[in-house]
Amino acid sequence: MFRSLATPETPAIGIEVDGRRIACAPGENLAAVLLRAGFGPFRSTPVSGAPRMPYCMMGVCFDCLAVVDGVPNSQTCLTAVADGMTVRRQEGASAAAFLAAEGLADE
Amino acid sequence: MSDATFDLAIVGAGPAGMAAAVEATALGLSVCVLDEQAAPGGQIYRGITRPAGLDPQVLGPDYWEGKALAERFLACGCDYRPGSTVWHVDAGELSFAGPHGGGTVAWRKLLNATGAMERPMPVAGWTLPGVMTAGAAQILLKASATVAENAVFCGSGPLLYLVVAQYLRAGVKVAAVLDTTPWQAYLGALRHMPAALPGWSYLSKGLGLLREIGAAGVRVVRNVDRLEMRGRDALEAVRWRAGASEGEIATSHAFLHQGIAPNTNLARAAGCAHVWDEAQLSWRPRTDAWGAASRPDLYCGGDVAGIAGARAAALSGRLSALAAAADLGRIDAAGRDARAAGLRRAMRRELAARPFLDTLYRPLPAFRVPAVDDVVVCRCEEVTAGALADAVDAGAMGPNQLKAFTRCGMGPCQGRSCGLTAAALVAARLGMSEGEAGYFNIRFPVKPVPLGAVAAAGGKPAG
Repeated sequence: MFRSLATPETPAIGIEVDGRRIACAPGENLAAVLLRAGFGPFRSTPVSGAPRMPYCMMGVCFDCLAVVDGVPNSQTCLTAVADGMTVRRQEGASAAAFLAAEGLADE
Repeated sequence: MSDATFDLAIVGAGPAGMAAAVEATALGLSVCVLDEQAAPGGQIYRGITRPAGLDPQVLGPDYWEGKALAERFLACGCDYRPGSTVWHVDAGELSFAGPHGGGTVAWRKLLNATGAMERPMPVAGWTLPGVMTAGAAQILLKASATVAENAVFCGSGPLLYLVVAQYLRAGVKVAAVLDTTPWQAYLGALRHMPAALPGWSYLSKGLGLLREIGAAGVRVVRNVDRLEMRGRDALEAVRWRAGASEGEIATSHAFLHQGIAPNTNLARAAGCAHVWDEAQLSWRPRTDAWGAASRPDLYCGGDVAGIAGARAAALSGRLSALAAAADLGRIDAAGRDARAAGLRRAMRRELAARPFLDTLYRPLPAFRVPAVDDVVVCRCEEVTAGALADAVDAGAMGPNQLKAFTRCGMGPCQGRSCGLTAAALVAARLGMSEGEAGYFNIRFPVKPVPLGAVAAAGGKPAG
């Protein structure tokens, strides 16, 4: 489990992760906030459904993808948190999962 | 759409990109810098302008060297665009995308300063949640003051030892260091020792880190020749072998590292010729002494043009800025050469220790190409070493045919995590050198982008 060494900055903002509110500082790296919150896995792979979490933290590997503010395939390691941001796990093939989540799969 | 044409566009705001922007603006060039990250510094100086609340001692003086450079960069008057991923480069124009939209930038000269990335370390179980790169551990520390207790650090190289030392200085417990540097490498590196002496500061710093780790009483296992990340849905233990001894360490965090390699995707897609560097076991764009690539309008500076470290990157960025100014007629050749003389002297010092380091920390063949068939090579498409070997046996003659046969390298990372492994595998199996085997053809867009970004760029055709 990841933890912070810093004393929390104030005023804290909040993001909503799978329906849970997580406090963080403005401008913090989203993937780091999610790791500290124990969020995981971030996604499952489209090929085998295997669980994945951030690997490189520098925008190279695409293992940290999640659905951020409704947008699938968001690289959380390249995203800064903003107050009220919502994050959901990304399941398998993102387009199909996105359509299903939006209730558009069979329409 | 942009209205101005910049004299120099720079992709990347690490040491090379920042130093080039400072130099070029001082010479009167109009400069635009596009960078994927939210703040300047690249990976080496990640978070340098936004302190994460750590004791400055934790990261050490080499990191804080970046602060002055970042401040000069932010004050230099260039058009700096953070959060901008460049995905296409045309003649005189590039396209970018980002959370704040996308667009195009017109330029006369382009400096590709896209830096380096971790060399893949495809060991069994390396895709499990909880397994990350040592670079990732350091980025979390630098930018977010975020750490993991009781982690196992695996591999070799200066960055690995630096992150362990930084963890220890921060009071974070490290479970073990599993060092894959073979003892023979120390002997091989010795012959480069005399030539490395002008770069003594690197060597003494390296020894200092090893002393720091030793003094902290962290368990260090040397000559590790096999690693396995074990767990069902996440990492539970790291299994290791070192000659006749072996063991297993329970942990939920492992950080892997066996050096870094140039991130060449943009340079490749832009059509720059590349050369295989046998000493660094990686490809880099072919450049001249000014960083000029095979394309006359494009320079490559910093670690993308060969791994040499942050200070050398800043020097090479400045050299390319001088060359761009001369090419655009802002300074004459004599003025360029006079300004470059001091930079070249400093560069020679920076490069002196490199052959020593490259030899000492050359990754073991067993960690470059998995010996076990079910180890994943392509993380995105989940293609195993066995599937790649089968494809070679079925007639794949090189990396690009491997891609067509297996989808290896066709996922969102576009081969960055598997390209060196796949190419080494096909070369070894066909008895070719890696230089002969070649590399994936890389095409635009070099990062996946939303269709909206393509539309904002005016519907650029692919390629």
